[in-house]
Amino acid sequence: MTRFEFFDHTADVGLVAHGSDLKEAYANAAYGMFSLIADLEEVQQDIQRDIDIQALDLESLVVDWLNELLYIFDVEHILFSRFEIIALDKNQLRAKAYGEKIDTSRHRLKTEVKAATYHSLKVEKENGFKIQVILDI
Amino acid sequence: MSAGLQKTLVKIDDYRWEIPRTYKPGMRVPGLVFSDEQMIRHIQDEQSLEQVANVAFLPGIVSRSLAMPDIHWGYGFPIGGVAATRVDDGVISPGGVGFDINCGVRLLRTDLTENEVKPGISKLLADLFINVPSGLGSEGKIKLKGNQIDKLLLKGAAWAVTAGYGEAEDLEFTEEHGCLEGADPDKVSVKAKTRGSPQSGTLGSGNHFLEVQVVDEIYDARTAQAFGIAEKGQILVLIHTGSRGFGHQVCDDYLKTMGAAVRNYGIELPDRQLACAPVKSPEGQSYLAAMACAANYAWANRQCITHWTRESFSRVLGKSPRELGMRIVYDVAHNIAKIERHQVEGKKLTVCVHRKGATRAFSAGHPDVPKAYRKVGQPVLIPGDMGRYSYVAVGTDKAMEETFGSTCHGAGRVMSRSAAKKSISGADIAADLAAKGIAFQVASMASLAEEAPAVYKDVAEVIHITDAAGISPKVIKARPIGVIKG
Repeated sequence: MTRFEFFDHTADVGLVAHGSDLKEAYANAAYGMFSLIADLEEVQQDIQRDIDIQALDLESLVVDWLNELLYIFDVEHILFSRFEIIALDKNQLRAKAYGEKIDTSRHRLKTEVKAATYHSLKVEKENGFKIQVILDI
Repeated sequence: MSAGLQKTLVKIDDYRWEIPRTYKPGMRVPGLVFSDEQMIRHIQDEQSLEQVANVAFLPGIVSRSLAMPDIHWGYGFPIGGVAATRVDDGVISPGGVGFDINCGVRLLRTDLTENEVKPGISKLLADLFINVPSGLGSEGKIKLKGNQIDKLLLKGAAWAVTAGYGEAEDLEFTEEHGCLEGADPDKVSVKAKTRGSPQSGTLGSGNHFLEVQVVDEIYDARTAQAFGIAEKGQILVLIHTGSRGFGHQVCDDYLKTMGAAVRNYGIELPDRQLACAPVKSPEGQSYLAAMACAANYAWANRQCITHWTRESFSRVLGKSPRELGMRIVYDVAHNIAKIERHQVEGKKLTVCVHRKGATRAFSAGHPDVPKAYRKVGQPVLIPGDMGRYSYVAVGTDKAMEETFGSTCHGAGRVMSRSAAKKSISGADIAADLAAKGIAFQVASMASLAEEAPAVYKDVAEVIHITDAAGISPKVIKARPIGVIKG
């Protein structure tokens, strides 16, 4: 199964993430987003952050999950390259994200992602699960 | 675009297209798109017209849901969208402002000519590139501790001037004097402040840039003269940036608040990204106070960058900024919501004007236009794309009547970023810029490809429409000779 793919949106980037279960789809959405920010092959996983968020529904959880990761990236300059969803229901997501601090001598930084948006946002059951989200860049 | 919309789009004249209210049940007003035959065909390929119709659902919207000719598919609002809602019983929507609150442009004029600057342009760019922090994950030189950021949020550009970045006169030539009223740092989350503090005074990445430009064409000498632009070959500097992670966090925080508000107030919307609350509700008032903080953050940001730009010019050219005549022409926001008074159907009304990728364009005589420009109107700054050119235009009475004193904000994209990356490489663009004699300093070659000229509409076509439609006639055209991009 393809972990994620991008679809065309004129100003921004559309991201579709797949997973055999919901947890995997959320993890792949995060991986897809960070693969826009940097080449993740070079990123070590020696720092870990715990994430615990509550939201109104599964769709809002996608936006909050991705935006929380962007917040940590912005504040702590951590590039994340592995995501482990510990618990997930329709109002809550708990996860561990692994990565390392930006080192411009080794990391190739690409695109600034401003935020995940609610426009055309979807969480669907389709060959497992599928998440669609548009990122403002 | 849906086939339905194609059929219902009504051509009013060569530059105006209406989306009738009947297009979609729930539209409170019609849509109006400024475009021409050729461009409207392209716009039809994407969802942006559907978004114009969606904005017309907002409670309290008056007149029309407007789209400027640089319209393209956004999230919630189209980019290039303008909507005014009644303050008394209408709503405010953070999606009508966007994540980069008070993303905007500032233009500096100089007494320098191309001949004086071009030979040393590489040295000048190298100095600017070091002096103005840019790029993904970059931090600024301004170290704000604890709640020091609150003063910046309250005072905006004036905070920067007090801290030694620039001069009091700069404020006169900044929209709102660089400080939007009603800012309340207590309405801003700790997260936004944590995110914003280290990024204060940075250009950022994405489509943000700093350009050294040359006046290439003067269309209206009297107005240009009033703006301090006298002749072809004169050097200008254009700064394009916004409120960085601070604004993104404010928007994100309040989209959550508004998501709940939509349920509480029973507001029905066709797109979640349009989430909103009544302007006068606690949620609406809190957002306006937080948005003003982000707007002020952005004005302080552009003010600091102005100061470093003057420093670099001064150092490299060996003259003081005063001797170089480095004054601000103007500074405009193009992602913002403002409480303004406008004539609506024969009555003066207080409205909340959302400008999402649109620029204020007030006419001559308006009290919010700087005194020095009051006889000609407000300067409108319209950056084009990196390799091409930018325009300065001017606000008109027609804009006051038809668009709540608003016009376009730039070229508008035509190619998605992924398509750009597939077809164009950073190296191609570098070669192209070099061939055109444009010097550049970039933080990332990948980001260079994303902003390639080919991904944008030709800004000349956009400005032709705003000029011909009478909402912002062009005053001058400038072309870049040096580009700094994060």
